[in-house]
Amino acid sequence: MQTENYLIRKSSLEKLFGNLIGNGKIVYAPKAKGNLALFDKVQAFGEITEDYIVTANSAKSVTFPRTEKLFSYHKSKESTEITDAANNTFPDVILWGTRPCDAAAFIPLTETFNGDFQDIIYNKRREKVLILSFSCKRSDEYCFCTSVNSGPGNTAGSDVQFTKLSDGDYLAEVITEKGQLLVKENCNLFEAKPEEDKEPNLAIVATRFNQEEIQAKLQNLFENPVWDDKSRACLGCGSCSYVCPVCSCFDIQDEAHGNKGTRLRCWDSCGYGLFTMHTSGHNPRNTQGGRWRQRILHKFLYMPNKSKVAGCVGCGRCSRSCPADINILDTLTSLQEEKPNE
Amino acid sequence: MNELIQKATILLESNSVQVVIGYGKGSANRTRAIFITQAADCEKLIFDSRCIQNLAVYLTKQEIKKLGKPAIVAPIPVLRSIVQLAAENQIAENDLVVLGVTPESELVEFESFAAIETFLSTHRIEIEGKYQKTIEMIKSMPVSERFAYWVKELEPCFKCYACRSACPLCYCTRCTVENNQPQWISVASHPLGNLEWHVMRAMHLAGRCTDCEACYNACPMGIPIHLLTKSMLQDVAENFGTYGPSLDKLNALSSFKPDDKESFIR
Repeated sequence: MQTENYLIRKSSLEKLFGNLIGNGKIVYAPKAKGNLALFDKVQAFGEITEDYIVTANSAKSVTFPRTEKLFSYHKSKESTEITDAANNTFPDVILWGTRPCDAAAFIPLTETFNGDFQDIIYNKRREKVLILSFSCKRSDEYCFCTSVNSGPGNTAGSDVQFTKLSDGDYLAEVITEKGQLLVKENCNLFEAKPEEDKEPNLAIVATRFNQEEIQAKLQNLFENPVWDDKSRACLGCGSCSYVCPVCSCFDIQDEAHGNKGTRLRCWDSCGYGLFTMHTSGHNPRNTQGGRWRQRILHKFLYMPNKSKVAGCVGCGRCSRSCPADINILDTLTSLQEEKPNE
Repeated sequence: MNELIQKATILLESNSVQVVIGYGKGSANRTRAIFITQAADCEKLIFDSRCIQNLAVYLTKQEIKKLGKPAIVAPIPVLRSIVQLAAENQIAENDLVVLGVTPESELVEFESFAAIETFLSTHRIEIEGKYQKTIEMIKSMPVSERFAYWVKELEPCFKCYACRSACPLCYCTRCTVENNQPQWISVASHPLGNLEWHVMRAMHLAGRCTDCEACYNACPMGIPIHLLTKSMLQDVAENFGTYGPSLDKLNALSSFKPDDKESFIR
């Protein structure tokens, strides 16, 4: 559909939030915690912070929870009863205050869960999510959305995007039918589109590299000192993967208690030493350098090769949260200078 | 710190060490661990109040051990970890050069691990007043309230294990949480799994933790897990009379003495 533009006043935004909560919707929004902002469930408009570049955690857990029950079972002498979580009804969830990068991240994330296998639980959850993004007025040196075909006002993935204008009111861009429905249900809050343009109200994010060039170079950079050099300080935790809005690796765990139990899908990370450990004890990625290479190749070579969309939206969370200050931009910009092996 | 740069340069030029583990410029206003193998690069070394990462964590990492004999830039928290690692036989005196940095930012060299211990005897671990207050507040809660407090605080934990990875004393090559036959600790980050992990972590560090706060600094979700280890430090001091690392000290919870005051252990 074609984007429809409206004006929504600052005071109406709070009313919109009130209507959503009033209708019993689950709303996730950025909440301040110490120096951080975290995506969390909110009940009151006052709980939401506006003071954040991006939240420390991403919003992916609403469709891909860190622990997802896939089924539960109950064994008896006669039979085994299985309760499949794919039959569950999942709640309506509203993501309030995601940044454009977070909204865009649902595109590659949804691709991953709809490749060779269509993940019913993921898709059921995704259908129930309404994404109300707020464009970026500020950025920091970790942001690089403009280098991965996105930007501070990118509307891809959002249902409605709000942009704060100079007078404190908001431009509301309605991108999807879900967004249209929201406007219809709250039509008294949306007014005729503002005069002011969107662009001057957006942060300026410099382009740091060319994604297509990086993708082409990575074809021939499997053996290169850059991987060890840039990951030397890596501690081998999963912080980068877990704050990433696109990372989707998981581990299947059975939690059994006597004759009943559950099968769980839990987040996993390529940063861990055990991630690719074989039963034989052999590990094809036996150093952090190999694991860092995998992380970059997966996002910037394998994913765009397979589905045309890169596995990175340039939010910079991985770098901000890294306890060893390993910076993905450092690696990507230095790759730009590498000459591929002949 | 010209002195530090000079000393590091000499060590590399004379091939006394093959790598200098220190702090260099990081992203934004941060510093980061750097691993210098060429004397000419020593000028990249910096030291100031932003250098809070505990570099001792790298002494046991296979990727760093491969680089050869290290020298390490060691402010007080790193020195404490070195003594504890030495007490646990994880590092050897002859395989390491310690470039100590005093709280006044002066370079201090050590002849031996024992000399570090002596130096630390005048720089004892102290739990800051604000933490003592919080710990007292938590300890004074009825059990159910305290349980609820921790369930809530640990709720954001998604088990990235940054706390474990950043800790110099979490050097096990295979952590208990990675043992799945049997699965001692739940892998999932649900309330029970999170509690199990953090309680185990704190217990494993009881009497070993040197209060460097690396775990808390590493946590991407800002969870106050250092309160657990700080509290354990106090408990160990109260019950076993030891506080902080020492070369000839037995670890409180992993040592057996025939005259232990507890009867269950005999």
